Amino acid sequence: MIPAEFDYVAPTTVDDAVRALADAGDEAKILAGGQSLIPVLRMRLAAPTKLIDLGKVTELQGVREDGGALVIGAMTTHYDVVRDPLIAEHAKLIGMATSTVADPQVRHRGTFGGSLAHADPAGDLAAPALALDVEMVVHGMDGRRTIPASEFFVDYFTTALRPGELLTEVRVPKYTGWHAHYEKFNRVAQAWSIVGVAAAVQVEGHTITQARVGLTNMSSVPVRASGVERALVGQEATPEAIKAAAQHAVEGTMPVADGNADAAYREHLAKVLTSRAVTAACG
Amino acid sequence: MRITVTVDGTTYSDEVEPRTLLVQYLRERLGKVGTVVGCDTSNCGACTVHLDGHSVKSCSVLAVQADGCEVTTIEGLARDGQLHPVQRAFHDNHALQCGFCTPGMIMQAIDLLAEDSDPEEQAVREGIEGNLCRCTGYQNIVRAVRDAAHEMRPGAGPEAERVSEATMGTQAGVHRS
Amino acid sequence: MTTAAEPGQEVGKGRLRKEDARLITGRTRWTDNISLPGMLHMAVLRSPMAHARITNIDPSEARQMPGVLAVVTGADLADKQGSLPCAWPIAEDMKSPDAPSMAVNQVNFAGEVVAAVVARSAAEAADALEGIDVDYDELPVVLDLEQAIADGADLVHPDLGTNKSATWIFDSAEAGTGGPVDEAIASAEVTVERTFRQQRLIPAFMEPRSVVVDPTGEQVTMWSATQIPHILRLMLAMTLGVPEHKVRVIAPDVGGGFGGKLQVTPEEVITFLLAQQLGRPVKYTETRSESLASAHHGRDQLQKLTIAARRDGTVTGLKVELLADMGAYLRLVTPGVPILGAFMYNAIYKIPAYHFACTNVFTTKTPTDAYRGAGRPEATFAIERMMDELANELGMDPLDVREMNWIKHEEFPYTTVSTLTYDSGNYEAATARAKELFDYDGLRREQAERRQRGDTVQLGIGISTFTEMCGLAPSRVLGSLSYGAGGWEYGAIRMLPTGKVEVITGSSAHGQGHETAWSQIVADKLGVPFEDIEVLHGDTQSSPRGMDTYGSRSLTVGAMAVLSAADKVIEKAKPIAAHMMECSPDDLEFANGTFTVRGTDTSTGIADVALAVFAAHDLPDGVEPSLDSDATFDPENFSFPHGTHLCAAEADTETGQVRLRAYVAVDDVGKVVNPLIVEGQVHGGLVQGIAQALFEEAVYDESGTLMTGTLADYLVPSAADMPSFTTDRTETPSTTNALGVKGVGEAGTIASTPAVVNAIVDAIRHMGVNDVEMPCTPMRVWQAIQGGAQSAAGPGAEPGGGMGSLDAEGGAR
Repeated sequence: MIPAEFDYVAPTTVDDAVRALADAGDEAKILAGGQSLIPVLRMRLAAPTKLIDLGKVTELQGVREDGGALVIGAMTTHYDVVRDPLIAEHAKLIGMATSTVADPQVRHRGTFGGSLAHADPAGDLAAPALALDVEMVVHGMDGRRTIPASEFFVDYFTTALRPGELLTEVRVPKYTGWHAHYEKFNRVAQAWSIVGVAAAVQVEGHTITQARVGLTNMSSVPVRASGVERALVGQEATPEAIKAAAQHAVEGTMPVADGNADAAYREHLAKVLTSRAVTAACG
Repeated sequence: MRITVTVDGTTYSDEVEPRTLLVQYLRERLGKVGTVVGCDTSNCGACTVHLDGHSVKSCSVLAVQADGCEVTTIEGLARDGQLHPVQRAFHDNHALQCGFCTPGMIMQAIDLLAEDSDPEEQAVREGIEGNLCRCTGYQNIVRAVRDAAHEMRPGAGPEAERVSEATMGTQAGVHRS
Repeated sequence: MTTAAEPGQEVGKGRLRKEDARLITGRTRWTDNISLPGMLHMAVLRSPMAHARITNIDPSEARQMPGVLAVVTGADLADKQGSLPCAWPIAEDMKSPDAPSMAVNQVNFAGEVVAAVVARSAAEAADALEGIDVDYDELPVVLDLEQAIADGADLVHPDLGTNKSATWIFDSAEAGTGGPVDEAIASAEVTVERTFRQQRLIPAFMEPRSVVVDPTGEQVTMWSATQIPHILRLMLAMTLGVPEHKVRVIAPDVGGGFGGKLQVTPEEVITFLLAQQLGRPVKYTETRSESLASAHHGRDQLQKLTIAARRDGTVTGLKVELLADMGAYLRLVTPGVPILGAFMYNAIYKIPAYHFACTNVFTTKTPTDAYRGAGRPEATFAIERMMDELANELGMDPLDVREMNWIKHEEFPYTTVSTLTYDSGNYEAATARAKELFDYDGLRREQAERRQRGDTVQLGIGISTFTEMCGLAPSRVLGSLSYGAGGWEYGAIRMLPTGKVEVITGSSAHGQGHETAWSQIVADKLGVPFEDIEVLHGDTQSSPRGMDTYGSRSLTVGAMAVLSAADKVIEKAKPIAAHMMECSPDDLEFANGTFTVRGTDTSTGIADVALAVFAAHDLPDGVEPSLDSDATFDPENFSFPHGTHLCAAEADTETGQVRLRAYVAVDDVGKVVNPLIVEGQVHGGLVQGIAQALFEEAVYDESGTLMTGTLADYLVPSAADMPSFTTDRTETPSTTNALGVKGVGEAGTIASTPAVVNAIVDAIRHMGVNDVEMPCTPMRVWQAIQGGAQSAAGPGAEPGGGMGSLDAEGGAR
């Protein structure tokens, strides 16, 4: 199938991209990696009048250090995120979750920022972003602002980005020395997550001193499993303690019933997978 | 808009509609019909080509996004009439039946081997998870990719690794995998 | 029982395929690759409604759009499109609705064509679809098989007065092949009753269907991604009233079919009509979404079985009652698909009383038709599941129950309760080999240990000792089943002056490797090199007769015709060779391509004879200057491959996730022409059968919309989702054809589904589970473990995450 007609611009700077977005108005769409958008256009589920391709905005690509944080450019591909040494060292959870996204070809094109801005509740990167308390840096005609991850995801495919705003960078606090695991549950390799659990922990001796847990596809937005985190901190990293803490995983979730799972099963999975994710993270 | 793309070693300059998919450009404008379209959602991988050295699904890339890039398709692999080792391995291992997924499968296998020159079976399976095949059950594809890896590995004599017709013949009837 | 090929002999050798050279380099001829001068492009508008009256269609805006040459609606085609053919009226009183290619007044499934646009470019044609305005008046949908036949049900086709198309019954007491089943059940020491759901599947061939029609020649030429160029030509002639000799159909490279391209499609008919109307070539290529929604589906039956047995495990009777979903229309062989299963429920077992009844039911869904195995996977699934359930009921090992009832190797030929005569088989040998490769006893021990330990991951062993009937089909049998055609196949040999050979086959390959296998067979027969043979197929001009490819028939029927034609070539060459060597034809023997005067070293090669025939300067009196020969072969019986498949499945009892740990398939397909090709067929077949057990299902929502309408939702497994298989063969030659071969195309698919489900049930049976509905999704397995009561609720249809729920808000992933 062939997309409906649209205009296309490929700015080379963030400023130009913001201006292009302002000029184009409501019916424009940002083209990041295009791995969700282009199929949607092909099936004519969307018909924007203009695409603003960020592919040539080189300043949005790559990962750098900025003091106590990593800055991931919104147009950094999944492929580059997975291979990035800074991410491996300071934000392992993001690398692990990214390696489960779709398939190798899609990871070559798909981008970190594009995935977050798309805000698919089954997408694998929002839960780690939420768990790690990242900040979204956005640019618009009014300048730059930051949105904490906890306020960024608003609803299905809906973020706190205002019209005319562009996600440009994601600032990730460093989690150096943390252990992490992303537990993805799906029916076939390429499928989206039925439920996913992102877990990062600090372990001293055998005791869990800090814990970050985020859930994928347990609501219309990613869910921070704060109850699990509280229950884990101070516990010995034993299977029993972790399993007990994981029982809190359903708090604050509103799972849907879709073709793969009903709500009760999702709730059950959230507990089991949280337990597994934390156990795997603790090693 | 005008784009300039190098495909299989030849540079083309064309006026295209922004909505033109890279795969449509390859097939309809350049006559590179070796690359095919199997789905709308980028699940099947039949349209896989290399874009600046990395595998992509050419149904999910706009032709305008490939402006200034190099594209390699299944038609650009053979050199001086010699098949690429992965192409040859697909033949030697009966890794295709109807052949519709084969161009994408071969292009992705080459990408995989560029990342991991000697992948274990599971790594091959995961490396081609974005390419669907409905005929082969994948077993011979996995075998072909590993066979090609051995053949391409520096120091490994191609003759030593190749599955010859003669040995296939004498094995008739016993195929344990 | 394996054999190696004799040296110098082609048949039996693992020849690498001739077909590959083009396919691995992208030098292909898929229909969508074809581009002709002046070619136009068609796009079709499909109904989003499952059941509705069309109250108005306004195409006026579309007609004004750039590049648009024609917009047609059902009303425009009503008097010329005819009704799509159904070649298998299974009963005299079968109800069959008119099946227009383009809906005229009413749509009966979501995805039915309601209008078409022809434009200069494919993009312009797609754009113009948005300029067609259709008003629908919704009718109640009919989705559930049991509700569809209940009193007062809403009707798909009100003028038929019922949703029942036909009922087909076989009863062994009436047929005189066995006793009355109700008596067997009444007097049984043990009975087991089960109802199984054969979920709806989608063939999902990798190449979307495509058709190009060129009306500019004397013949109208149609290229189509079809399995059946010959049947298609005939049906176009009969449906549209065009003279058959004015139509040529070509199936160029075809990217898989699996029964899904065994069809005369609405799109083929519409493209034909519009190309004729416009006088220019027209191409139509479906999108994957269109393919999934509107190309025919498969399976979709409700199977109620009762098995009767003695306490010692002897089966005494089997009763099968089916409801089969036809979908909205009867396509080419729709009604016959479940009936093919009628002969297979008794499988490899000696069952003294058997009753089969199938009611074909209309619903407002996509029509069903052949999908790999067609009727036989459903039957095999049901009986193999029942044998496991019976074994459980009796506290016996499921292999022991099977062995107690199966036909012993010394009992062949064996005529079954369903009237088929199995020519040969050795179930003991295949089973013994499979057990050995699988380490059956070792895995049973591990299973017991894990149960005892209460492991989170439980192990189950699934068995499928299957047979099937294929090699469709003896024409007389098809006649007795009211099928509209015979089951013969055509072949021909053309001897070229240089000694090269052209083989023509009516069997139309789409991935099976005919070119290689037929070359091997003819190379042996005529003694010419494998490389000197070209196989021509898939074009009604070069291969004028044929019944095409489906039902694992190519080798057992199609290749026999080729062999027979080769025999005729030798017979025609003989008097000429004798004339050349000045001897009597009776003194000649033919071997390895050479005629030799018996007892001498005087000889002439067949190539020399071919050249002499071409020159024709000196032929015996009355001998025509041609060695070319053709033959038509009608099989005397079906082909009955069999085998034993063993599956070890691990079920994660916490999540319900199933992983296949080991899979052993020992198949007996008789003699083998090319072991590489056979092994490839088995691998691919296994994955399709396993995918039915674990992944695939065409799901409709309550409004009759297909929810699994993309490959993001319809889960065709990837390499990462599949294990490696251990395959081996035993070899019991068929006695009904010259090569001793049996079909292999469908065997893996038929055998594997019950092996997997049996393994899953076996893994969690101790938790109170005796069935898991297919596909055995993690949720279904988990729910079954929880007590099964919830499984009726099923998953919901709320929008969740992922591609399936993308809408206009979709952005970049």
